[in-house]
Amino acid sequence: MKAALAQTAPQLANVAANFANHAAIVDRAVAAGAELVVFPELSLTGYLLMEATPEVAITLDSPRMDALRTLSKRAALAVGLVEEAPGGRYFNSAAFLDGGELLHVHRKVYLPSHGLFDETRHFAIGDRIRAFDTRFGRVGMLICRDFWHLGPAYLLACQDVDVMCVLSASPGRGAESDSGRFESGASVSLLGDVYGRSFGCHVLHANRGGVEEGVTFVGGSEAYAPDGSLLARGKDEECDLVVVEIDPAARRAARLRMPFLKEERPHLILRELQRVLSERSAPRY
Amino acid sequence: MSSPSVPHLDTELAERVLVRFLREEAGRAGFTRFVIGLSGGIDSAVSAYLAARAVGPENVISIAMPWHLSSAESLEHGRLVADAASLSLDVVDLTDAAQALLAELPEPSPHRIGNVLARLRMITLWDRSFAERALVVGTTNKTELLVGYGTLHGDLASALNPLGDLYKCQVRALARHLGVPAIVIDKPPSADLAPGQTDEADFGFTYDEADAVLDRMVDRRHAPEDIVAAGFEESLVRSIHERVVRNQYKRRGPLIAKLSRRTVGWEFRYPRDWRT
Repeated sequence: MKAALAQTAPQLANVAANFANHAAIVDRAVAAGAELVVFPELSLTGYLLMEATPEVAITLDSPRMDALRTLSKRAALAVGLVEEAPGGRYFNSAAFLDGGELLHVHRKVYLPSHGLFDETRHFAIGDRIRAFDTRFGRVGMLICRDFWHLGPAYLLACQDVDVMCVLSASPGRGAESDSGRFESGASVSLLGDVYGRSFGCHVLHANRGGVEEGVTFVGGSEAYAPDGSLLARGKDEECDLVVVEIDPAARRAARLRMPFLKEERPHLILRELQRVLSERSAPRY
Repeated sequence: MSSPSVPHLDTELAERVLVRFLREEAGRAGFTRFVIGLSGGIDSAVSAYLAARAVGPENVISIAMPWHLSSAESLEHGRLVADAASLSLDVVDLTDAAQALLAELPEPSPHRIGNVLARLRMITLWDRSFAERALVVGTTNKTELLVGYGTLHGDLASALNPLGDLYKCQVRALARHLGVPAIVIDKPPSADLAPGQTDEADFGFTYDEADAVLDRMVDRRHAPEDIVAAGFEESLVRSIHERVVRNQYKRRGPLIAKLSRRTVGWEFRYPRDWRT
Protein backbone atom coordinates (compact mmCIF):
# COMPACT_ATOMS: atom_id res chain seq x y z
CA MET A 1 0.00 0.00 0.00
CA LYS A 2 1.29 3.42 -0.90
CA ALA A 3 0.65 6.57 1.08
CA ALA A 4 1.33 10.17 0.08
CA LEU A 5 2.41 13.09 2.22
CA ALA A 6 0.98 16.24 0.66
CA GLN A 7 3.31 19.08 1.59
CA THR A 8 1.18 22.09 0.71
CA ALA A 9 1.28 25.86 1.25
CA PRO A 10 -2.38 26.81 1.73
CA GLN A 11 -3.85 30.18 0.92
CA LEU A 12 -4.71 31.89 4.16
CA ALA A 13 -8.43 31.80 4.99
CA ASN A 14 -9.49 30.74 1.49
CA VAL A 15 -11.17 27.34 1.84
CA ALA A 16 -12.47 27.20 -1.73
CA ALA A 17 -9.00 27.67 -3.24
CA ASN A 18 -7.44 25.20 -0.82
CA PHE A 19 -10.11 22.59 -1.46
CA ALA A 20 -9.42 22.86 -5.20
CA ASN A 21 -5.72 22.33 -4.47
CA HIS A 22 -6.54 19.26 -2.34
CA ALA A 23 -8.47 17.77 -5.24
CA ALA A 24 -5.60 18.44 -7.66
CA ILE A 25 -3.09 16.86 -5.26
CA VAL A 26 -5.28 13.80 -4.73
CA ASP A 27 -5.26 13.35 -8.53
CA ARG A 28 -1.46 13.44 -8.56
CA ALA A 29 -1.17 11.13 -5.57
CA VAL A 30 -3.58 8.60 -7.05
CA ALA A 31 -1.68 8.73 -10.34
CA ALA A 32 1.44 7.85 -8.33
CA GLY A 33 -0.38 4.84 -6.85
CA ALA A 34 -1.22 6.28 -3.40
CA GLU A 35 -4.32 5.05 -1.60
CA LEU A 36 -3.99 7.39 1.37
CA VAL A 37 -3.09 11.10 1.25
CA VAL A 38 -2.10 12.88 4.45
CA PHE A 39 -2.35 16.69 4.38
CA PRO A 40 -0.85 19.12 6.92
CA GLU A 41 -2.50 20.82 9.90
CA LEU A 42 -5.23 23.29 8.88
CA SER A 43 -4.62 22.33 5.28
CA LEU A 44 -8.00 23.74 4.20
CA THR A 45 -7.46 27.12 5.82
CA GLY A 46 -3.80 27.99 6.44
CA TYR A 47 -2.37 28.43 9.92
CA LEU A 48 -2.09 32.06 11.14
CA LEU A 49 -5.82 32.74 10.91
CA MET A 50 -6.30 34.97 13.96
CA GLU A 51 -9.84 36.43 13.95
CA ALA A 52 -10.61 34.74 10.62
CA THR A 53 -10.78 31.40 12.49
CA PRO A 54 -14.60 31.25 12.89
CA GLU A 55 -15.09 32.60 9.37
CA VAL A 56 -13.39 29.59 7.75
CA ALA A 57 -14.88 26.99 10.10
CA ILE A 58 -16.98 24.16 8.74
CA THR A 59 -19.42 21.87 10.48
CA LEU A 60 -19.19 18.13 9.95
CA ASP A 61 -22.55 18.13 8.15
CA SER A 62 -21.70 21.01 5.80
CA PRO A 63 -21.56 20.85 1.98
CA ARG A 64 -17.78 21.29 2.21
CA MET A 65 -17.55 18.06 4.21
CA ASP A 66 -19.77 16.38 1.61
CA ALA A 67 -17.27 17.47 -1.04
CA LEU A 68 -14.45 15.96 1.03
CA ARG A 69 -16.47 12.74 1.40
CA THR A 70 -16.82 12.61 -2.37
CA LEU A 71 -13.11 13.29 -2.85
CA SER A 72 -12.32 10.41 -0.47
CA LYS A 73 -13.82 7.96 -2.97
CA ARG A 74 -10.60 8.48 -4.94
CA ALA A 75 -8.21 7.96 -2.01
CA ALA A 76 -8.41 7.97 1.76
CA LEU A 77 -7.70 11.45 3.15
CA ALA A 78 -6.42 12.96 6.36
CA VAL A 79 -7.11 16.71 6.13
CA GLY A 80 -6.77 19.64 8.50
CA LEU A 81 -9.67 22.03 9.09
CA VAL A 82 -11.31 24.42 11.51
CA GLU A 83 -14.26 22.44 12.84
CA GLU A 84 -17.28 24.34 14.14
CA ALA A 85 -19.01 22.38 16.90
CA PRO A 86 -22.16 23.13 18.89
CA GLY A 87 -21.81 25.65 21.68
CA GLY A 88 -19.72 28.10 19.67
CA ARG A 89 -16.66 25.90 19.90
CA TYR A 90 -14.03 25.85 17.16
CA PHE A 91 -11.51 23.04 17.01
CA ASN A 92 -8.22 22.66 15.20
CA SER A 93 -9.27 19.28 13.77
CA ALA A 94 -8.06 16.50 11.52
CA ALA A 95 -10.65 14.49 9.59
CA PHE A 96 -10.00 11.02 8.20
CA LEU A 97 -12.23 10.08 5.27
CA ASP A 98 -12.30 7.01 3.07
CA GLY A 99 -14.67 5.57 0.47
CA GLY A 100 -17.07 8.48 0.80
CA GLU A 101 -17.33 8.18 4.61
CA LEU A 102 -16.02 10.28 7.46
CA LEU A 103 -14.29 7.70 9.67
CA HIS A 104 -12.81 9.82 12.43
CA VAL A 105 -12.19 13.36 13.65
CA HIS A 106 -9.29 14.20 15.95
CA ARG A 107 -9.46 17.53 17.76
CA LYS A 108 -6.04 18.94 18.64
CA VAL A 109 -5.41 18.50 22.35
CA TYR A 110 -2.16 20.39 22.87
CA LEU A 111 -2.73 23.97 21.73
CA PRO A 112 0.52 25.95 21.88
CA SER A 113 -0.02 29.46 23.21
CA HIS A 114 3.36 31.04 23.69
CA GLY A 115 5.86 32.85 21.49
CA LEU A 116 4.27 33.25 18.06
CA PHE A 117 1.54 30.71 18.91
CA ASP A 118 -1.90 31.86 20.04
CA GLU A 119 -4.07 28.77 19.65
CA THR A 120 -6.04 28.80 22.90
CA ARG A 121 -7.28 32.27 22.02
CA HIS A 122 -9.10 30.89 18.99
CA PHE A 123 -9.58 27.16 19.52
CA ALA A 124 -11.33 24.93 22.02
CA ILE A 125 -9.25 22.08 23.43
CA GLY A 126 -9.79 18.53 22.19
CA ASP A 127 -10.37 15.96 24.91
CA ARG A 128 -9.68 12.55 23.42
CA ILE A 129 -6.99 10.57 21.67
CA ARG A 130 -8.50 7.59 19.90
CA ALA A 131 -7.33 5.08 17.34
CA PHE A 132 -9.75 3.80 14.71
CA ASP A 133 -9.91 0.95 12.22
CA THR A 134 -9.33 1.46 8.51
CA ARG A 135 -8.42 -0.72 5.56
CA PHE A 136 -4.81 0.30 6.25
CA GLY A 137 -4.89 -1.08 9.79
CA ARG A 138 -5.47 0.84 13.04
CA VAL A 139 -4.81 4.51 12.50
CA GLY A 140 -4.30 7.33 14.98
CA MET A 141 -4.05 11.02 14.15
CA LEU A 142 -2.11 13.72 15.96
CA ILE A 143 -1.86 17.40 15.12
CA CYS A 144 1.52 19.14 15.34
CA ARG A 145 2.10 19.92 19.04
CA ASP A 146 0.21 16.74 20.01
CA PHE A 147 3.22 14.97 18.49
CA TRP A 148 5.81 16.84 20.61
CA HIS A 149 4.22 15.69 23.87
CA LEU A 150 5.01 12.06 24.56
CA GLY A 151 1.61 11.16 26.01
CA PRO A 152 -0.59 11.19 22.89
CA ALA A 153 1.72 8.93 20.89
CA TYR A 154 1.91 6.56 23.87
CA LEU A 155 -1.88 6.48 24.15
CA LEU A 156 -2.16 5.62 20.47
CA ALA A 157 0.44 2.87 20.87
CA CYS A 158 -1.60 1.39 23.73
CA GLN A 159 -4.49 1.21 21.27
CA ASP A 160 -2.35 -0.91 18.91
CA VAL A 161 -2.00 1.76 16.29
CA ASP A 162 -0.40 0.63 13.03
CA VAL A 163 -0.18 3.94 11.22
CA MET A 164 0.32 7.22 13.03
CA CYS A 165 -0.77 10.13 10.84
CA VAL A 166 0.63 13.47 11.95
CA LEU A 167 -0.62 16.73 10.47
CA SER A 168 1.67 19.70 11.13
CA ALA A 169 2.23 23.37 10.39
CA SER A 170 5.59 23.97 11.98
CA PRO A 171 6.97 27.53 11.83
CA GLY A 172 10.73 27.63 11.30
CA ARG A 173 12.60 29.05 14.29
CA GLY A 174 16.35 29.24 14.86
CA ALA A 175 18.83 29.66 12.00
CA GLU A 176 22.15 29.46 13.84
CA SER A 177 23.00 25.76 13.69
CA ASP A 178 24.66 25.47 10.24
CA SER A 179 22.63 22.31 9.60
CA GLY A 180 20.94 23.84 6.55
CA ARG A 181 17.58 23.49 8.33
CA PHE A 182 15.66 25.43 10.93
CA GLU A 183 16.52 24.17 14.40
CA SER A 184 12.82 23.64 15.21
CA GLY A 185 12.46 21.32 12.20
CA ALA A 186 15.35 19.09 13.23
CA SER A 187 13.67 18.32 16.58
CA VAL A 188 10.60 16.87 14.88
CA SER A 189 12.70 14.34 12.97
CA LEU A 190 13.93 12.84 16.24
CA LEU A 191 10.35 12.20 17.36
CA GLY A 192 9.34 10.39 14.16
CA ASP A 193 12.33 8.10 14.53
CA VAL A 194 11.58 7.37 18.22
CA TYR A 195 7.85 6.77 17.79
CA GLY A 196 8.34 4.45 14.81
CA ARG A 197 11.00 2.50 16.68
CA SER A 198 9.30 2.39 20.09
CA PHE A 199 5.80 1.58 18.92
CA GLY A 200 6.56 -0.53 15.83
CA CYS A 201 4.24 1.60 13.74
CA HIS A 202 4.52 3.63 10.56
CA VAL A 203 4.70 7.36 11.14
CA LEU A 204 3.33 9.51 8.31
CA HIS A 205 4.08 13.12 9.08
CA ALA A 206 2.84 15.78 6.65
CA ASN A 207 4.37 19.15 7.47
CA ARG A 208 3.44 22.20 5.45
CA GLY A 209 5.79 24.50 3.57
CA GLY A 210 5.47 28.03 2.24
CA VAL A 211 5.52 31.45 3.87
CA GLU A 212 2.68 33.13 5.75
CA GLU A 213 2.90 36.48 7.58
CA GLY A 214 6.67 36.41 7.15
CA VAL A 215 6.84 33.00 8.85
CA THR A 216 8.44 30.17 6.86
CA PHE A 217 7.05 26.69 7.50
CA VAL A 218 9.72 24.03 7.59
CA GLY A 219 8.26 21.38 5.27
CA GLY A 220 10.47 18.29 5.32
CA SER A 221 7.52 15.91 5.70
CA GLU A 222 8.73 12.50 6.80
CA ALA A 223 7.66 8.89 6.73
CA TYR A 224 9.28 6.56 9.26
CA ALA A 225 9.30 2.77 9.17
CA PRO A 226 8.43 0.63 12.23
CA ASP A 227 12.14 0.16 12.93
CA GLY A 228 12.66 3.91 13.09
CA SER A 229 14.35 4.22 9.71
CA LEU A 230 13.46 7.14 7.49
CA LEU A 231 11.48 6.00 4.44
CA ALA A 232 11.24 9.33 2.68
CA ARG A 233 11.56 13.03 3.31
CA GLY A 234 10.00 16.01 1.54
CA LYS A 235 11.88 19.10 0.48
CA ASP A 236 12.62 21.75 3.06
CA GLU A 237 10.21 24.72 3.13
CA GLU A 238 8.62 24.27 -0.29
CA CYS A 239 5.65 22.30 -1.59
CA ASP A 240 6.21 18.64 -2.34
CA LEU A 241 4.42 15.34 -2.71
CA VAL A 242 6.12 12.35 -1.10
CA VAL A 243 4.87 8.85 -1.91
CA VAL A 244 5.99 5.90 0.21
CA GLU A 245 5.27 2.20 0.44
CA ILE A 246 3.67 1.17 3.74
CA ASP A 247 4.24 -2.52 4.28
CA PRO A 248 2.32 -4.31 7.08
CA ALA A 249 4.98 -7.05 7.06
CA ALA A 250 7.52 -4.45 8.17
CA ARG A 251 5.45 -3.78 11.31
CA ARG A 252 5.19 -7.48 12.08
CA ALA A 253 8.93 -7.95 11.65
CA ALA A 254 9.80 -4.91 13.76
CA ARG A 255 7.47 -5.98 16.57
CA LEU A 256 8.91 -9.48 16.60
CA ARG A 257 12.43 -8.15 16.71
CA MET A 258 11.75 -5.56 19.42
CA PRO A 259 8.46 -6.48 21.17
CA PHE A 260 8.11 -3.22 23.08
CA LEU A 261 4.31 -3.30 22.92
CA LYS A 262 4.06 -6.90 24.11
CA GLU A 263 6.19 -6.01 27.11
CA GLU A 264 4.60 -2.62 27.75
CA ARG A 265 3.11 -2.10 31.25
CA PRO A 266 0.25 0.39 30.79
CA HIS A 267 -1.44 -0.58 34.08
CA LEU A 268 1.74 0.11 36.00
CA ILE A 269 2.07 3.46 34.17
CA LEU A 270 -1.55 4.32 35.01
CA ARG A 271 -1.21 3.33 38.68
CA GLU A 272 2.02 5.22 39.16
CA LEU A 273 0.75 8.23 37.26
CA GLN A 274 -2.31 8.38 39.49
CA ARG A 275 -0.09 8.20 42.56
CA VAL A 276 2.25 10.89 41.22
CA LEU A 277 -0.64 13.20 40.40
CA SER A 278 -2.39 12.72 43.73
CA GLU A 279 0.85 13.45 45.60
CA ARG A 280 1.56 16.46 43.43
CA SER A 281 -1.95 17.90 43.68
CA ALA A 282 -1.67 18.86 47.36
CA PRO A 283 -0.62 22.52 47.60
CA ARG A 284 2.54 22.98 49.59
CA TYR A 285 1.51 26.27 51.17
CA MET B 1 35.18 42.82 27.05
CA SER B 2 37.34 43.15 23.92
CA SER B 3 35.72 40.78 21.40
CA PRO B 4 32.20 39.90 22.48
CA SER B 5 30.75 36.71 20.97
CA VAL B 6 28.13 37.68 18.42
CA PRO B 7 25.21 35.56 17.16
CA HIS B 8 26.00 33.12 14.38
CA LEU B 9 23.96 32.59 11.20
CA ASP B 10 23.46 29.62 8.88
CA THR B 11 23.93 31.80 5.80
CA GLU B 12 22.86 29.17 3.31
CA LEU B 13 19.56 28.61 5.14
CA ALA B 14 19.09 32.35 5.58
CA GLU B 15 19.57 33.06 1.88
CA ARG B 16 17.10 30.34 0.92
CA VAL B 17 14.48 31.44 3.45
CA LEU B 18 14.78 35.17 2.74
CA VAL B 19 14.63 34.75 -1.05
CA ARG B 20 11.55 32.56 -0.64
CA PHE B 21 10.05 35.09 1.79
CA LEU B 22 10.40 37.91 -0.75
CA ARG B 23 9.10 35.90 -3.68
CA GLU B 24 6.16 34.24 -1.92
CA GLU B 25 4.97 37.20 0.13
CA ALA B 26 5.09 39.47 -2.93
CA GLY B 27 3.33 36.78 -4.95
CA ARG B 28 0.54 36.51 -2.37
CA ALA B 29 -0.17 40.22 -2.82
CA GLY B 30 -0.02 39.88 -6.61
CA PHE B 31 3.39 41.52 -7.10
CA THR B 32 6.41 40.27 -9.03
CA ARG B 33 8.59 43.38 -8.85
CA PHE B 34 10.51 45.25 -6.17
CA VAL B 35 11.83 48.76 -5.65
CA ILE B 36 14.74 49.44 -3.32
CA GLY B 37 16.80 52.42 -2.29
CA LEU B 38 20.56 51.80 -2.62
CA SER B 39 22.53 53.89 -0.14
CA GLY B 40 25.88 52.35 -0.94
CA GLY B 41 25.85 50.62 2.43
CA ILE B 42 25.80 46.96 3.37
CA ASP B 43 22.15 46.65 4.42
CA SER B 44 20.62 47.92 1.19
CA ALA B 45 23.20 45.88 -0.73
CA VAL B 46 22.09 42.65 0.96
CA SER B 47 18.41 43.48 0.46
CA ALA B 48 19.08 44.22 -3.21
CA TYR B 49 20.96 40.95 -3.74
CA LEU B 50 18.13 38.99 -2.11
CA ALA B 51 15.49 40.83 -4.15
CA ALA B 52 17.40 40.16 -7.36
CA ARG B 53 17.61 36.47 -6.53
CA ALA B 54 13.90 36.36 -5.66
CA VAL B 55 12.46 37.87 -8.84
CA GLY B 56 15.42 38.36 -11.17
CA PRO B 57 17.49 41.56 -11.45
CA GLU B 58 15.35 42.83 -14.33
CA ASN B 59 12.42 43.04 -11.92
CA VAL B 60 14.20 45.10 -9.27
CA ILE B 61 14.17 48.89 -9.56
CA SER B 62 17.12 50.26 -7.62
CA ILE B 63 17.36 53.96 -6.86
CA ALA B 64 20.15 56.04 -5.36
CA MET B 65 18.87 59.24 -3.77
CA PRO B 66 21.75 61.56 -2.90
CA TRP B 67 21.63 65.25 -2.20
CA HIS B 68 24.40 67.84 -2.49
CA LEU B 69 25.94 67.04 0.92
CA SER B 70 25.98 63.25 0.40
CA SER B 71 29.42 61.74 0.15
CA ALA B 72 30.48 60.89 -3.39
CA GLU B 73 31.57 57.50 -2.09
CA SER B 74 27.98 56.54 -1.21
CA LEU B 75 26.81 56.94 -4.80
CA GLU B 76 29.93 55.22 -6.08
CA HIS B 77 29.30 52.22 -3.81
CA GLY B 78 25.62 52.20 -4.80
CA ARG B 79 26.73 51.86 -8.43
CA LEU B 80 29.19 49.14 -7.47
CA VAL B 81 26.43 47.14 -5.76
CA ALA B 82 23.98 47.65 -8.62
CA ASP B 83 26.58 46.50 -11.16
CA ALA B 84 27.55 43.48 -9.08
CA ALA B 85 23.90 42.45 -8.68
CA SER B 86 23.15 43.19 -12.37
CA LEU B 87 20.67 45.94 -11.47
CA SER B 88 20.19 49.11 -13.45
CA LEU B 89 20.49 52.06 -11.08
CA ASP B 90 18.32 55.18 -11.26
CA VAL B 91 19.62 58.30 -9.56
CA VAL B 92 17.11 60.76 -8.13
CA ASP B 93 18.83 63.88 -6.82
CA LEU B 94 16.95 65.18 -3.81
CA THR B 95 18.86 68.45 -3.45
CA ASP B 96 16.19 70.76 -4.88
CA ALA B 97 13.28 69.05 -3.13
CA ALA B 98 15.12 68.96 0.19
CA GLN B 99 16.29 72.57 -0.03
CA ALA B 100 12.82 73.79 -1.00
CA LEU B 101 11.29 72.05 2.01
CA LEU B 102 14.08 72.95 4.43
CA ALA B 103 13.75 76.62 3.45
CA GLU B 104 10.23 76.53 4.87
CA LEU B 105 11.29 74.93 8.16
CA PRO B 106 12.56 77.07 11.03
CA GLU B 107 16.23 76.37 11.82
CA PRO B 108 16.37 72.66 11.04
CA SER B 109 18.94 70.81 13.14
CA PRO B 110 21.19 68.15 11.53
CA HIS B 111 18.97 65.48 13.09
CA ARG B 112 15.85 67.03 11.51
CA ILE B 113 17.61 67.36 8.16
CA GLY B 114 18.46 63.67 8.36
CA ASN B 115 14.81 62.85 9.01
CA VAL B 116 13.64 65.07 6.13
CA LEU B 117 15.98 63.30 3.73
CA ALA B 118 14.95 59.86 4.97
CA ARG B 119 11.30 60.80 4.41
CA LEU B 120 11.95 62.28 0.96
CA ARG B 121 13.57 58.96 0.05
CA MET B 122 10.49 57.17 1.36
CA ILE B 123 8.25 59.37 -0.84
CA THR B 124 10.43 58.64 -3.86
CA LEU B 125 10.38 54.87 -3.29
CA TRP B 126 6.64 54.65 -2.59
CA ASP B 127 5.88 56.76 -5.65
CA ARG B 128 7.80 54.32 -7.83
CA SER B 129 6.11 51.46 -5.99
CA PHE B 130 2.71 52.76 -7.01
CA ALA B 131 3.74 53.77 -10.53
CA GLU B 132 5.37 50.46 -11.40
CA ARG B 133 3.50 47.97 -9.19
CA ALA B 134 6.69 47.11 -7.33
CA LEU B 135 6.88 46.49 -3.58
CA VAL B 136 9.31 48.52 -1.48
CA VAL B 137 11.92 46.23 0.06
CA GLY B 138 13.12 47.25 3.52
CA THR B 139 16.72 47.53 4.63
CA THR B 140 16.42 47.91 8.42
CA ASN B 141 18.23 45.19 10.36
CA LYS B 142 17.33 43.77 13.78
CA THR B 143 19.99 45.78 15.61
CA GLU B 144 18.62 49.04 14.21
CA LEU B 145 15.01 48.00 14.87
CA LEU B 146 15.79 47.18 18.49
CA VAL B 147 17.89 50.25 19.32
CA GLY B 148 15.58 52.48 17.27
CA TYR B 149 18.19 53.66 14.78
CA GLY B 150 15.92 54.62 11.93
CA THR B 151 13.45 57.32 10.87
CA LEU B 152 9.79 56.54 11.38
CA HIS B 153 7.98 56.86 8.03
CA GLY B 154 11.44 57.19 6.47
CA ASP B 155 13.92 54.36 6.09
CA LEU B 156 11.82 52.26 8.51
CA ALA B 157 8.99 52.19 5.95
CA SER B 158 8.77 49.19 3.63
CA ALA B 159 6.31 46.59 2.38
CA LEU B 160 8.57 43.60 3.04
CA ASN B 161 11.71 43.59 5.14
CA PRO B 162 14.03 40.61 4.66
CA LEU B 163 16.63 41.93 7.15
CA GLY B 164 14.47 42.68 10.19
CA ASP B 165 15.41 39.46 12.02
CA LEU B 166 19.16 39.66 11.30
CA TYR B 167 21.59 41.40 13.62
CA LYS B 168 24.17 43.63 11.95
CA CYS B 169 26.89 40.98 12.36
CA GLN B 170 24.59 38.46 10.67
CA VAL B 171 23.95 40.91 7.82
CA ARG B 172 27.74 41.06 7.38
CA ALA B 173 27.99 37.26 7.30
CA LEU B 174 25.16 37.07 4.78
CA ALA B 175 26.76 39.83 2.67
CA ARG B 176 29.97 37.81 2.44
CA HIS B 177 27.99 34.69 1.55
CA LEU B 178 26.10 36.54 -1.20
CA GLY B 179 29.26 38.08 -2.66
CA VAL B 180 28.60 41.74 -1.87
CA PRO B 181 31.75 43.76 -2.78
CA ALA B 182 34.18 43.70 0.14
CA ILE B 183 34.65 47.48 0.19
CA VAL B 184 30.94 47.85 1.02
CA ILE B 185 31.08 45.20 3.74
CA ASP B 186 34.23 46.48 5.39
CA LYS B 187 33.64 50.25 5.51
CA PRO B 188 32.35 51.76 8.78
CA PRO B 189 28.52 51.83 8.73
CA SER B 190 27.24 55.37 8.22
CA ALA B 191 23.88 57.03 7.63
CA ASP B 192 25.85 59.64 5.63
CA LEU B 193 24.28 62.49 7.60
CA ALA B 194 27.53 64.48 7.68
CA PRO B 195 31.09 63.97 6.42
CA GLY B 196 32.83 61.30 8.50
CA GLN B 197 29.69 60.52 10.52
CA THR B 198 29.39 56.85 11.60
CA ASP B 199 26.60 54.87 13.26
CA GLU B 200 28.91 53.56 15.97
CA ALA B 201 30.06 57.08 16.95
CA ASP B 202 26.37 58.08 17.22
CA PHE B 203 25.64 55.09 19.47
CA GLY B 204 28.69 55.27 21.68
CA PHE B 205 29.10 51.52 21.23
CA THR B 206 30.01 49.18 18.36
CA TYR B 207 27.60 47.03 16.42
CA ASP B 208 29.39 43.92 17.69
CA GLU B 209 28.86 45.09 21.27
CA ALA B 210 25.21 45.85 20.57
CA ASP B 211 24.67 42.51 18.81
CA ALA B 212 26.30 40.52 21.60
CA VAL B 213 24.18 42.28 24.25
CA LEU B 214 20.94 42.22 22.25
CA ASP B 215 21.33 38.53 21.40
CA ARG B 216 21.55 37.78 25.12
CA MET B 217 18.83 40.25 26.12
CA VAL B 218 16.29 39.56 23.38
CA ASP B 219 16.94 36.12 21.94
CA ARG B 220 18.21 34.36 25.07
CA ARG B 221 16.08 36.41 27.49
CA HIS B 222 18.93 37.09 29.89
CA ALA B 223 18.20 39.82 32.43
CA PRO B 224 20.40 42.96 32.11
CA GLU B 225 22.10 42.20 35.45
CA ASP B 226 23.02 38.70 34.25
CA ILE B 227 24.56 40.18 31.10
CA VAL B 228 26.64 42.51 33.28
CA ALA B 229 27.62 39.54 35.45
CA ALA B 230 28.78 37.76 32.28
CA GLY B 231 31.39 40.51 31.79
CA PHE B 232 29.73 43.31 29.80
CA GLU B 233 30.09 46.95 30.91
CA GLU B 234 27.14 48.01 33.00
CA SER B 235 26.88 51.38 31.21
CA LEU B 236 26.78 49.59 27.84
CA VAL B 237 24.05 47.18 28.90
CA ARG B 238 22.01 49.95 30.51
CA SER B 239 22.34 52.22 27.48
CA ILE B 240 21.21 49.47 25.08
CA HIS B 241 18.36 48.37 27.32
CA GLU B 242 17.08 51.93 27.63
CA ARG B 243 17.21 52.40 23.86
CA VAL B 244 15.25 49.19 23.29
CA VAL B 245 12.50 50.26 25.69
CA ARG B 246 12.40 53.91 24.65
CA ASN B 247 12.08 53.08 20.94
CA GLN B 248 9.26 50.56 21.20
CA TYR B 249 6.92 53.13 19.57
CA LYS B 250 8.95 52.89 16.36
CA ARG B 251 8.19 49.18 16.13
CA ARG B 252 4.41 49.58 16.43
CA GLY B 253 1.70 51.48 14.59
CA PRO B 254 -0.07 54.45 16.18
CA LEU B 255 -2.25 53.83 19.22
CA ILE B 256 -5.96 53.88 18.52
CA ALA B 257 -8.37 55.25 21.12
CA LYS B 258 -10.75 52.41 21.91
CA LEU B 259 -14.49 53.07 21.94
CA SER B 260 -16.32 50.23 20.19
CA ARG B 261 -16.57 46.54 20.99
CA ARG B 262 -14.49 45.66 17.95
CA THR B 263 -11.46 47.88 17.48
CA VAL B 264 -8.82 47.56 14.79
CA GLY B 265 -5.76 46.06 16.44
CA TRP B 266 -7.62 44.56 19.41
CA GLU B 267 -10.69 42.48 18.61
CA PHE B 268 -10.31 43.05 14.87
CA ARG B 269 -7.05 41.20 14.34
CA TYR B 270 -6.57 39.61 10.96
CA PRO B 271 -3.40 38.40 9.30
CA ARG B 272 -1.89 40.70 6.71
CA ASP B 273 -1.89 37.75 4.29
CA TRP B 274 -5.66 37.44 4.77
CA ARG B 275 -7.25 35.55 1.86
CA THR B 276 -4.07 35.37 -0.18
